[in-house]
Amino acid sequence: MSGSQGAGSESATGLAPGRPALALRALTKRFGDVAAVDGVDLEVMPGEFITLLGPSGSGKTTTLRIIAGFTAQTSGTIDIDGLDMSNVPPYRRDVGMVFQNYALFPHMTAAENIAFPLEMRNAGKAEIKRRVAEALQLVQLPYHGDRYPRQLSGGQQQRIALARAIVFRPRLLLMDEPLGALDKKLRESLELEILHISRQVGATVVYVTHDQEEALVMSDRIAIFRDGRIEQAGTGEDLYDRPASLFVADFIGESNILRGRFTRDGTGGWLVREGWRGRISPAAMAGAGVEDGAAAALVVRPERLEVRSADEPDREGENSMAATIRDILFLGSLRKYELVLPTGEPLVVRSPIEPTSHRPGEAVRVAWAVERGVLVADPAA
Amino acid sequence: MTESWRRPHRLLLMAMGGLTVLFLVAPTLIVVPMGFSSSNILAFPPPGWSLEWYEQAFTSKAWTSGLVNSVQVAVVTAVVATILGTLAALGLTRGRFPGRGALNTVILSPLIVPTIIIAIGMFSLYVRWKITGSLLGLVVAHTALAVPFVVVTVSTSLRTMDRNLELAAQNLGADPVRTFRRITLPLVMPGVFAGALFAFLTSWDEVVTSIFLTTTKFRTLPVVMWEQVREVVDPSVAAVATLVLVVTTTVLALAFVVRRQAPVT
Repeated sequence: MSGSQGAGSESATGLAPGRPALALRALTKRFGDVAAVDGVDLEVMPGEFITLLGPSGSGKTTTLRIIAGFTAQTSGTIDIDGLDMSNVPPYRRDVGMVFQNYALFPHMTAAENIAFPLEMRNAGKAEIKRRVAEALQLVQLPYHGDRYPRQLSGGQQQRIALARAIVFRPRLLLMDEPLGALDKKLRESLELEILHISRQVGATVVYVTHDQEEALVMSDRIAIFRDGRIEQAGTGEDLYDRPASLFVADFIGESNILRGRFTRDGTGGWLVREGWRGRISPAAMAGAGVEDGAAAALVVRPERLEVRSADEPDREGENSMAATIRDILFLGSLRKYELVLPTGEPLVVRSPIEPTSHRPGEAVRVAWAVERGVLVADPAA
Repeated sequence: MTESWRRPHRLLLMAMGGLTVLFLVAPTLIVVPMGFSSSNILAFPPPGWSLEWYEQAFTSKAWTSGLVNSVQVAVVTAVVATILGTLAALGLTRGRFPGRGALNTVILSPLIVPTIIIAIGMFSLYVRWKITGSLLGLVVAHTALAVPFVVVTVSTSLRTMDRNLELAAQNLGADPVRTFRRITLPLVMPGVFAGALFAFLTSWDEVVTSIFLTTTKFRTLPVVMWEQVREVVDPSVAAVATLVLVVTTTVLALAFVVRRQAPVT
């Protein structure tokens, strides 16, 4: 496992110079009249960990299968390490894949499974033995080589599958919901383990999941899939703090969505609702590209909001609105307020745990800094 | 309450089951003792006991050459049918091509078409090709009858196998041929082996086409038995039948064990 120069951290910005490890251009897959993948463009830099995130049927798994060569694209190209792989059969693409159900060969031991890709590449006996031992060490199962898959737990099987997929130092490591079959606690520890191992070997990873928390924890970058297209791609922070659409705001994390109409006047931009208007920051206006008078929504994350007494005066640079507390939930690490707006819409606030004098049923004001509000178009209106 | 009502019910069920089993195995139970008879003619119950018909079975030229021919035909048929049937099953379950359903029906048709019709058809062709009474001719005929059994057992194994295993092998660098050799074939081996045993049995006790396609120079055991029963009627046929039965039962039991071996997943 040489070549582990921490390439992962270098490219965490996604701006590392040089040739991408993977480039998808105008990738499209039609099944009859339905486009499962509809013009996907994506570049992944060497050492980058990118997650394709989206609801089921959004095209993320089909995209992964096209990259692996299991499914032929209808149009578009796939470049891997600068080589056009669009029409290369899967066994010559030199990418490793970890399947959701592990797909370990049941008639081979763990060590034989890991040796398989090396044998296919005609490696020598001594080299195979050495590299299998290294790979077993890497996934922390050094003494499980002679067990058959059915003698291993789900988590162990997944580690062997990971070892098998990286032992031949593939150009790309593909993972298709690899933790989907495991329980929550095991998932969380394996998430970090997969991340550390892939960093250690400097692998470029394309990871598919529908679990947004998993995506946020593991990824350098996340591409949000919707209806066969990439809705938005960026770091977890980008997507969380600056969602480009209502869909992304809703899919990643919890959001408060205030629907209304966007208007401009001499003092700046506003989101106007029945009996309320809130300021839009210049940056948010520039980013959203919403036209004057168009239906829009203001997105504010729950932890950006603050609950205050109703008689407290507004502060400079803030928006605020009246609400009624319905419930206050103590969640251990934070306190969660569930509120109702005069319009009947719910609102959620997450606060640090400090002594609170607020009570359920109390009329309060909820305030947030103007630049924390994100403006997005509201196509549903 | 329910117990007293269910008791006679159960007894009746067991009696009917017992009678059905008796009806099914009675012919077999009659044949076995007749082979040990001291009588000169095939009769039940035997008037006394002797092993002379077994001696006859192992020494008479008609019986021994029939046995050798039968084993030859059955073994070659099993090998050929297993290879062809496995490849056919692979194409029919993994392939995507027009006419796949129709081809499947054609390959499986010997299971449905009355054997006598197949026999007559083959007979007319074989006479023209002059391959009646030959090992080749009989192997070809029996293979046609045996292939469907292999196709069925191997297809079942292929369908229950996880397709992702083949994709994983390809992903790891195995071309289609190596994927088949290293992954698919080992995993469907129980199905292949069971298919081979069924193919062997199909040929081993096949009598209808064999009667048409054999000559006095080349006859299989069931054909010799058929003729003996009609002409000589001595108990040696019962002795041979018992030996045939032993082979058949052994192979069937083997096939049963192989098929019960849960496919490794």
